[in-house]
Amino acid sequence: MKYAYYPGCSLDATGVEFDTSNKLVAKKMGFDLVEIPDWNCCGASSAHAVNHMLALALPARNLAIAEAEGFDTVAIPCAACFARCKTTAFEAQSSPETKAKISDIIEMDYQANIEILSFLDLLGKKIGLDKIKPHVIKPLTGLKIASYYGCLLVRPAKIAQSDDPENPMVMDNIMAVLGADPVEWGYKTECCGASHVMPVPKVGQQMIHDILKNAQINGAEAISTACPLCMINLDMRQKQLNAQLGTNFNIPIFHFTELVALSFGYSPKEIGLSKHFVSSENLIKDTLSTGARSDGA
Amino acid sequence: MKRIGVFICHCGSNIAATVDCAKVAEAAQAFPGVSFSSDYKYMCSEPGQEFIKDSIKKYDLNAIVVASCTPRMHEHTFRKTLANGGLNPYMFEMTNLREQCSWVHSDIEKATAKAIDLVRMSVAKVAKNEELFSSTIPMHKKALVIGAGIAGMQAALDIADAGHKVVLVDREPTIGGKMPMLDKTFPTMDCSACISTPKMVEVAQHPNIELMAYSEVVEINGFIGNFDVTIKTKAKYVDHAKCTGCGLCETKCPKKVPNEYDLGMGLRSCIYKPFAQAVPNKPVIDAQNCRKLVEGKCGVCAKVCPTGAIKYDDTESFTTDTFGAIVMATGYDLFKWEDVYGEYGYGKYPDVVTGLHFERMVNASGPTGGKLKRPSDGTTPKTVVFIKCVGSRDSAKGKSYCSRACCMYTAKHAHQFLDKTPDGNAYVFYMDVRTPGKGYDEFYESTLRDGAVYLRGRVSKIYQEGGKLIIKGEDSLIGKQVEVTADMVVLATAMVPSAGSRQLAQTVGFLPDLNGWYQEAHPKLRPVETPTAGVFLAGACQGPKDIPDSVAQAGAAAAKVCGLLSKSQLETNPMTAKTNTAICSGCGTCIPVCPYKAIQLESITERDHHGHRITRNVASVNNGLCQGCGACTVICRPGAIDLQGFKNDQILEEVDSLWM
Amino acid sequence: MDVIEEQQWEPKILAFCCNWCAYSGADLAGLNRMKYPENIRILRVPCSARVNPQFILRAFQKGADGVLVAGCHPGDCHYATGNYYTRRRFQVMKRLLEYSGIDPRRFQAKWVSGAEADKFRATVTKLCEDVKAIGPSRKLGGSK
Repeated sequence: MKYAYYPGCSLDATGVEFDTSNKLVAKKMGFDLVEIPDWNCCGASSAHAVNHMLALALPARNLAIAEAEGFDTVAIPCAACFARCKTTAFEAQSSPETKAKISDIIEMDYQANIEILSFLDLLGKKIGLDKIKPHVIKPLTGLKIASYYGCLLVRPAKIAQSDDPENPMVMDNIMAVLGADPVEWGYKTECCGASHVMPVPKVGQQMIHDILKNAQINGAEAISTACPLCMINLDMRQKQLNAQLGTNFNIPIFHFTELVALSFGYSPKEIGLSKHFVSSENLIKDTLSTGARSDGA
Repeated sequence: MKRIGVFICHCGSNIAATVDCAKVAEAAQAFPGVSFSSDYKYMCSEPGQEFIKDSIKKYDLNAIVVASCTPRMHEHTFRKTLANGGLNPYMFEMTNLREQCSWVHSDIEKATAKAIDLVRMSVAKVAKNEELFSSTIPMHKKALVIGAGIAGMQAALDIADAGHKVVLVDREPTIGGKMPMLDKTFPTMDCSACISTPKMVEVAQHPNIELMAYSEVVEINGFIGNFDVTIKTKAKYVDHAKCTGCGLCETKCPKKVPNEYDLGMGLRSCIYKPFAQAVPNKPVIDAQNCRKLVEGKCGVCAKVCPTGAIKYDDTESFTTDTFGAIVMATGYDLFKWEDVYGEYGYGKYPDVVTGLHFERMVNASGPTGGKLKRPSDGTTPKTVVFIKCVGSRDSAKGKSYCSRACCMYTAKHAHQFLDKTPDGNAYVFYMDVRTPGKGYDEFYESTLRDGAVYLRGRVSKIYQEGGKLIIKGEDSLIGKQVEVTADMVVLATAMVPSAGSRQLAQTVGFLPDLNGWYQEAHPKLRPVETPTAGVFLAGACQGPKDIPDSVAQAGAAAAKVCGLLSKSQLETNPMTAKTNTAICSGCGTCIPVCPYKAIQLESITERDHHGHRITRNVASVNNGLCQGCGACTVICRPGAIDLQGFKNDQILEEVDSLWM
Repeated sequence: MDVIEEQQWEPKILAFCCNWCAYSGADLAGLNRMKYPENIRILRVPCSARVNPQFILRAFQKGADGVLVAGCHPGDCHYATGNYYTRRRFQVMKRLLEYSGIDPRRFQAKWVSGAEADKFRATVTKLCEDVKAIGPSRKLGGSK
């Protein structure tokens, strides 16, 4: 089974482990992720803040190429790319004039009929939990994991058409299938602040802090994400937060496919877990042993 | 052969100042069919009316046109004049020369020319008038009230006190509705059960009221004055004739299930009375859960019952009766917020409850003995957040309308909570505060003085954190986000029409509105009637309202019913539709067009042109139900159904006359 | 119509008014002594749904220069649903008139409530002006 794959700019750079684990999972499960040839940046947040048609044309080009290559489905790991592509498709489907204009700009015939899925929905819904289960050889038994979806995967609900915008469950269900213990917590879909932490650190840091705090209070040992920017915000900034806000966060953050890959038997080294800022070494060791905890949890 | 008399009224100078009445009378003399034409100063005066009566005799007139003010003023007056003058009152037409001629024009020549045209129209119409006779339909002097909440009970009592027989039906084992479930009622803080239970007892003891609890209306046929109703009484498994209500069975019943009356927060036995002051004060057995009825075991209640009232082989029973009028008083239910408000947790947080849950908790006879306790751990809440408009005024997720009572009951709840909790904090998230009744705004102000903090903004999310609830909302008046850490959240959920009310409306034969509330005949002028003659509305079934309004409306409905029942027969409006069966093909297209369901297909037997006897269907109009709108006449392609008083030929004559 | 007649021509406009709203609104205009052109002749019907399109065609055939149908606002019909039929019926009326060779601008269907005296006045005044601008109706088969 072949799916078009749109990594987007971040999966080549700061989110490179997400790309790695996606491909490892695909390999083990036996489906092909075919990178869209000659893909361009989707524009993410910068484009739609500048020019409406540009913001639609950039993702449309990638989708048009995928359509031309004959794909029915494109899987998009980055939540922002996913949101932009879904928006483009939605607007093109709602208005033939817009679709024509986009096709004109990109000089390609954009049909707006390719199925656009986040990598989460590809794995959890389209391919299905029952296809994941047989490959779980090292269940993540007892791992208390908070599934963090972020804001762009489920909102705006009319465009994302993904999961329940208030209480999505796809990732929680995947974690359960891996043998882990998804925790009930209140910040599943709260925004991490995206890039705000840079220009307005006070605001951005507070947003990241609130997510980590709520996960911690609800007993999460780690957080699983499905967006490279969310992941990096939660992972990279913990030390900074501890210094600025006097907290004591030490919560390993994962791309959800990293956990899937782990349970499939790949080693932390193969997955590239050492690239993370907050070390998950001990947690993984404990989890994949008999399930007993060294910290008595 | 028509012999028409035309009378042009001066109406003092009201008409005469702008219209040359003598000239109009003279012109009318020449109209086809006119035997006598005259003008006069005041046609509606006694001498004026005598003039008409004398002229009828003198000139052997058989149809009259009076050209004066608007028929909406004096048509009724002049019809009586004709009747007194020995003519059928419907051999009459009125021309509007005042409101629609002399009063709106100033050019005498043009106004007079117009007046002549208008009189010509009336003369042309009356030439085609036929004698019409009101018919009568009998009035059964018995009323049916469906629903025995406060509105139903009040309506039943008022009708019964007026001396008429009433049957009061309710599908629950007890009457009373929602009101006894409440603790205190705003704005006076009367104990709700204390004021409603006496009414329940009064209803049970009233000699004119037959109370049928645990019963439902299953079929209704007929029409005003003659509703044939079938009522099903569900199997109680307890013979209420033998039962004394001692309650021993309840105490001995081994199986407990969640109590509907306490919204699942308390338990009851399988043989139960919904609450201690239930009327009838006798138990029924819950057939879904009773061990004897489901598994054939137990049977303890029968063993202990001192009068042998337990009847495990009971079955449902049906009764039929005929009623003259029906009052709908089926009340309301609460919106199922758990299905749509994911931001409030979809109902999975035990400490997020509705206002009705709060009422049960704070009620001394409720599941917590009147103490406010968190459902999750039974501790006393110190900070409670109240959220209004959950499902109301929310077209996106809920209902577009306002549920009317919530602003007041939320203020009441906040007040009660602060009263019971000396160091408590109450926050109310609101969009508006609506306090229109007597003493209402003052009540709200006093709640503010109690220390309730009102925040104008909506709540975007509630989640749990370490045993507390975090409420994220907005204070739009200062433009900031707010976050409250609370022990409990009370949602003021929308009122919705009571379950099954739509099907019941269909059974009875009238329509609910777009939101499912029962539709009144006219939103301003006929708030307690439905378009279906003889069916009235009382209480929240017509739309969300509080107790004072429900009681008032119940009295209004009762007054209408008494007005009906005081007659032994009803005179019907004779200007109804009528079928020419010779042309009617029985296609039935007219039937759904009628807003009053007045047309039905009826089987007639006649001889065809070969002399064979055939039976076929034709449209038949019920004169008691037809209100004379004429919608059916236009739908009918062959023109088989026509409206008496406004027939096709009458209208066409009016049209033609303008261009003779 | 010869030149002099045409110069002296005043339109004659037939208005079907429902008893409960439009007719009542017209009465209220009278009560308030509002003034409008004398060209209007009101024909009372119980409900605007009583107005058969054939009545309108008849009026135009006979030489009506304009026809108005006025009823209660949708949702306010005294007989609950009558004006919904009126509304649907007269949405195609203009096309039928055009198809029949009658200037569709001569026909208006309007909602006037019993309280809208001024709307009644404004409606009939405007209709008169519009019809005057179009000119006298040409009867099919008429000598003029």
